Amino acid sequence: MSSTFDTIANIIAETCDIPRDSITPESHAINDLGIDSLDFLDIAFAIDKAFGIKLPLEQWTQEVNDGKATTEQYFVLNNLAARIDELVAAKGA
Amino acid sequence: MRLEYFQLIDRIVDLSLADRKISTEATVPTDSTIFEGHFPGYPLMPGVLLIEAMAQTSGWLVVAANRFERMAFLAAVKGAKFRTFVTPGQVMAVTAQLAHDGSGYAITEANIAIDGKPVCDATLTLRVLNFPNEEMKVKMRETAARVGFPSEALVNA
Repeated sequence: MSSTFDTIANIIAETCDIPRDSITPESHAINDLGIDSLDFLDIAFAIDKAFGIKLPLEQWTQEVNDGKATTEQYFVLNNLAARIDELVAAKGA
Repeated sequence: MRLEYFQLIDRIVDLSLADRKISTEATVPTDSTIFEGHFPGYPLMPGVLLIEAMAQTSGWLVVAANRFERMAFLAAVKGAKFRTFVTPGQVMAVTAQLAHDGSGYAITEANIAIDGKPVCDATLTLRVLNFPNEEMKVKMRETAARVGFPSEALVNA
């Protein structure tokens, strides 16, 4: 069974045509991989489907805009994987 | 269809939030300056306007799902296929199914048929945002009334 990170990385590689081996847990989706907001919608859609969740993108964006969170907390991939694991766990609770 | 106002949908035929589906009707006008250029001597409904008809239909579905509190804006079109020509005077049956209701976006599967035959289809991505101002919200309500938006669909959902 692949890890959450592997699933995300595979989705990003396929959706955005980025070489899989260039995507690491430390990659920042925006700053390092150059994914823009429209492409991230495709990624969010694939993640939502793969994990049966609804990534709270609007909430995250608002928190970043309000200075309550940094983009690293949500868009560095190992952090994103952790958020997804939390959402999956909350769904099953 | 009021092409000069970019309002392609004449009426909402059916809307079910439970089924996450909408059907609309759009009659291509018999006369429009658009047909003088597309194409001279052989008038065809432009494919981009077929996409717009699917986008507006999808938009009504998403706006309804958000109970007129949020607006839908076309963000992406994927896999668009135009299977046959559409000519002046034809009545298009447009349908859209909400495939995914994401955070700040929605995905629809939309298609157009004429006399039961498929004309075109595409997967659309719409950004779902707060209305930028109160005027737009009011105008959307007015347009909804014009196209026969079934308010009971919101009550029964």
